[in-house]
Amino acid sequence: MLSVLLIVIVSVFFTGIIFRTKSLASGRKGPGILQPVYDVVRLFRKGVVYSETTSFIFQIAPTIYFASVVMAMLVVPFGQSKGVLSFNGDFIFFAYVLALGKFFSIIAAMDTGSSFEGMGASREALYSMFAEPAFFILMGSLALLSGHTSFQEIFAALHIGSQISYALAALATFVILMIAMIESSRMPIDDPKTHLELTMIHEVMILDNSGFDLGLILTAGYLKFAVYGALIVNLFIGVIPLQYSIPAFFGFQFVIAVSIGLIESFMARFRMSHNPQFIVALTSVSLLIFFGVLLILQKFM
Amino acid sequence: MTLIAAFIIMPFAGILLIPFLKVYRRGIAAFVLLFINAIISGYFAVNGLVGEAFSYSLPGSFVTGEVPLRIDALSGWFMLIINLVFVTGGFYGLFYMKAYKAQQNNLTLHWISFLLQHAALIGICVIQNSFVFLIAWEILALASFIVIIFDHEHISTIKAGINYLIQAHFSIVFLMLGFLWVASKTGSYDFQAITTYSASIPASASFMLFIFFFIAFAIKAGFVPFHTWLPYAHPTAPSHVSGIMSGVIIKIGIFGILRMLLVVKTDFTMIGYLILIISLISGLYGVMLAIIQHNLKKLLAYHSIENIGIIGIGIGIGCIGIGSGNQLLATLGFAGALLHTLNHAVFKSLLFYTAGNVYQVTHTMDIEKLGGLIKKMPQTAALFLIAAIAICGIPPFNGFVSEFIIYIGLYNWLSDAKLVSLLAAIFSTAGLALIGGLALMCFTKAFGVVFLGTSRSKLPESYREVPFLQLLPMYILAVFIVLIGVFPVFFINLLSLPVSQFTGAVPFVPDPVRINAFSVLQPISLAAWLLILLSFVIFMFRKIIMGRRSIEKSPTWGCGYIAPTSRIQYTASSFVRTYSKLFAPFLQISKHEEEVHGIFPSESKYRTHPYDKLEKWLIDGPLKNYKSFMGRFIFLNNGKLQIYILYGVFFILAVLSIPFIYQNFDTFVEFLKHL
Repeated sequence: MLSVLLIVIVSVFFTGIIFRTKSLASGRKGPGILQPVYDVVRLFRKGVVYSETTSFIFQIAPTIYFASVVMAMLVVPFGQSKGVLSFNGDFIFFAYVLALGKFFSIIAAMDTGSSFEGMGASREALYSMFAEPAFFILMGSLALLSGHTSFQEIFAALHIGSQISYALAALATFVILMIAMIESSRMPIDDPKTHLELTMIHEVMILDNSGFDLGLILTAGYLKFAVYGALIVNLFIGVIPLQYSIPAFFGFQFVIAVSIGLIESFMARFRMSHNPQFIVALTSVSLLIFFGVLLILQKFM
Repeated sequence: MTLIAAFIIMPFAGILLIPFLKVYRRGIAAFVLLFINAIISGYFAVNGLVGEAFSYSLPGSFVTGEVPLRIDALSGWFMLIINLVFVTGGFYGLFYMKAYKAQQNNLTLHWISFLLQHAALIGICVIQNSFVFLIAWEILALASFIVIIFDHEHISTIKAGINYLIQAHFSIVFLMLGFLWVASKTGSYDFQAITTYSASIPASASFMLFIFFFIAFAIKAGFVPFHTWLPYAHPTAPSHVSGIMSGVIIKIGIFGILRMLLVVKTDFTMIGYLILIISLISGLYGVMLAIIQHNLKKLLAYHSIENIGIIGIGIGIGCIGIGSGNQLLATLGFAGALLHTLNHAVFKSLLFYTAGNVYQVTHTMDIEKLGGLIKKMPQTAALFLIAAIAICGIPPFNGFVSEFIIYIGLYNWLSDAKLVSLLAAIFSTAGLALIGGLALMCFTKAFGVVFLGTSRSKLPESYREVPFLQLLPMYILAVFIVLIGVFPVFFINLLSLPVSQFTGAVPFVPDPVRINAFSVLQPISLAAWLLILLSFVIFMFRKIIMGRRSIEKSPTWGCGYIAPTSRIQYTASSFVRTYSKLFAPFLQISKHEEEVHGIFPSESKYRTHPYDKLEKWLIDGPLKNYKSFMGRFIFLNNGKLQIYILYGVFFILAVLSIPFIYQNFDTFVEFLKHL
């Protein structure tokens, strides 16, 4: 339960911090930190416009997308305390339930019959496909290291001991962070603030959504980011007592948000054609983690 | 006994009865006979599955010896799958075949073969005499050939049918070699003789024996590289037959492999690794080719290869579990494989039936010409969507449950100490994850292009949803998809007996390993319920909120362009273009391009034909060499009758002289030495 509470709190501020950082970096004052929340509330109050081309798929898709992200959030633990759902193999459920949301957001984009949204859908399908093996190899390595197969048990059993394991934790942070970037469509994979539909991935898929549905999609996006942030923090707080780990959690999420803001201010998005190579490279980083684990467990005998 | 006799009589009754009925009653008669047979065999199957194994010995003839019929839990499980798919498929077929009622004789042949197909499949599950087993196998091959070539006025149909027939007989050759090997050593056709014989010979020999059986059954199952018949045969058959081919006929190959694992005693670890590698390749290759297909049924056919791969991964890790004494791994592997067999049978046949609906109203399977069908055929679209989500292995439906069990098996395998098994486990996991991602891409493409957006070509004026009775068997399948997804525990408990046949655990006695293995499904069930509930609550909340808001309709946002046509929609090819460029080394896509010429835009064309690279290497290449080699002897075939008679005389002389030479060979050699 604790994890859900913390994730929800973080998701309220997270995107606001990114926006604020970007504004400050470009010499503007920028909106308040709660502006994204106000945006969602405003959207919830608005009416909707549906495209004439769309069918019921387009209407149920945002709901299911949102529900899938909430379900994914429920299995994420916080240190020693379990998530709402915790069972052997819950990280498999985590990845696949997010895939459910992806499935619906892709077909909802196809439902509009717009070539731009089709383009975004195609890219989303391709990139998430490449990101999948990296996540599963990473979790496999952690399962091997800890001897457990559920999020909470794995994280609770992770002892950052030797120097190799520091390196592994750093690599794992990198992999999860990059998967988070791919899943939440941020730099360097996708630029949410680009002005041209041709170069978007996620934003172009929701061009036709409006009102309540758009609000749901945005909220799901905020939650998703916080969920991945929670996963990263979990790598480190396994044995730390709550009075230290909770502030550490907020601190770490703040650092991630600020660094995302800075990256997006000073870096350009990758060329679309280079994205697949980059994402495939993540799989090899995961494999590196796996070999590192083998090294720690002295399996190369 | 009377029930067995009744079962055997039904197909004969069909043969005698169906030709003399009025044309619209032929299908119904075949269905009724099929239904009776399904109930008879289902009765035995359920008994087998709950532990009352059935065994009976038909007297047979002096050629075959006694014909033992044995129905254990494994047979029972497969017989129930066969019956489910055949009953729903037969019922669907009644409506699907209405369009062809003018072809009276063709229909007679079709329905009789359909009935024989079912009887042969059940027979294969039951018969444990290798001689009679081969006869049933041959009946299945021939009956399937006839149902595939229903639409035989097209040359492509005949070609696909012959392709199937030849490859099916390759399978029979290997099967025969294996059976003959044992029969020549033991003099018995009983499967039990195989067990005793394979236990008495060295491990390398029994491994070879298993390989013979494995190749034979792998051809039927469609494992890469024995898959090339499958993408031709499935799409050309009428849709209910495609559903059955993909749902159960390739599964009989899986059944054969599982049966031989029980019968042949050999080195399980080695076999496990072999099956695991072949399955991973099948899974990845199948889905990689499925993505680039333009023909909806061909796309589904390649997806069957992928799913056979997933089942194979389960069998592979199960075998390794037995070989290394890891009970948990063996239990999870075989449970996952057997459950995925049922799951795939259910959602793949459903997908083929929906494809059948699409074909029935639009008369095309080319997805580049379709689009927007959801508006007029919402029920078909919803059924396709359910099956598509299930086949991608996404919760809350059944595909997730079986893939989850296999994943858990793979992750549990990581507790193994050996480096080889650790590497195998992690690469299999990554492979399975990649298969999942690719399947998602494939089915978002298929669903999005066929059912969503607007039509990409001129479709028939007033097409509409098919009648409710035709949709009924599809709803039954959809209910199974949902039920297995939300009550996985019930279905996995059904599997405790078949699985314990492999692991050697005592069935029905609370077994800590099995309880531990299956306990992972309880929370899955809970999570599935929670997901459904959550979606429902949010949707209801949304509905209430939306009731108070204004709802408008307007054209799709065209980014400023105000005259969009349906032709500017994203097509299936453009959806997968980046993918096909990235995976180009594995794919074979021939392109024909006519560019725009002149100052004023002229018509331009762009065509792509996906082809199978492995087929080019393994089938087309050798076939070409074989043809050119045989071409050297074409002079013998010179059309002169006198010469042909001379060949005949030579042949007879040769046949007559062989025993003579054989008998007098030593004398002949002595004679030569004397000279």
